Amino acid sequence: MKTVRVQSQDFDPGAELALLDSLGAGAVASFTGLVRGDDGVDRLVLEHYPGMTQRSLEMLVETACARWPLLGAIVIHRIGELAMGERIVFVGTASAHRAAALEACAFLIDQLKTSAPFWKQEWVSGKSRWVDARAGDADASARWLKD
Amino acid sequence: MQLSILYFAQFRESIGVSSEVIDLPPDMITVADLVRWLSNHSHRHQAAFMDLGRVRVAVDQTMADFDQDISGASEIAFFPPVTGG
Repeated sequence: MKTVRVQSQDFDPGAELALLDSLGAGAVASFTGLVRGDDGVDRLVLEHYPGMTQRSLEMLVETACARWPLLGAIVIHRIGELAMGERIVFVGTASAHRAAALEACAFLIDQLKTSAPFWKQEWVSGKSRWVDARAGDADASARWLKD
Repeated sequence: MQLSILYFAQFRESIGVSSEVIDLPPDMITVADLVRWLSNHSHRHQAAFMDLGRVRVAVDQTMADFDQDISGASEIAFFPPVTGG
């Protein structure tokens, strides 16, 4: 099972995990990202490149499935306006054993952060600013290039 | 040849449009050629492309480098480093 969804509405991590649980795998791993309220940020606006987003996430899932023996992978990313504490992103993987499920899950979120065309704009008391890419994210993504 | 240029995030804001269609001059071969040409287009373009270290590009919806050949491309997008997740 390979699922990629880009959507403005919220998702239910429990329902997504239940789908992965139903695949008969021995291991299910997941990551859920939430809007942080750093420095008084009260909401985020997620912009994306509609023609490219879905396909770039599908390619990441294909790469993960080629690298690890996965029975299932789910990637969901929200777009539009999100309030503090809301869910932004979900990555879930299912495999026979924990190492593949955990590694593939980490790979997908690390790669998504540096290669999928999304941009975060933060709003703080009525003023907006674009979020800067973090060097740590590039390092986390690059570690998967090593063998 | 007509080419769609898309701008996202800070690029959209600083150039003032989300897309434009240009007639690609025949001597434009790479992304870098196009960036030089666009920079001479207006002060807004020039400002947007000032710091090339912060410019990312996709050619026909696939991430690309500045030396990528753009002959035959139909859509080129410019944007800052991505910040999703």
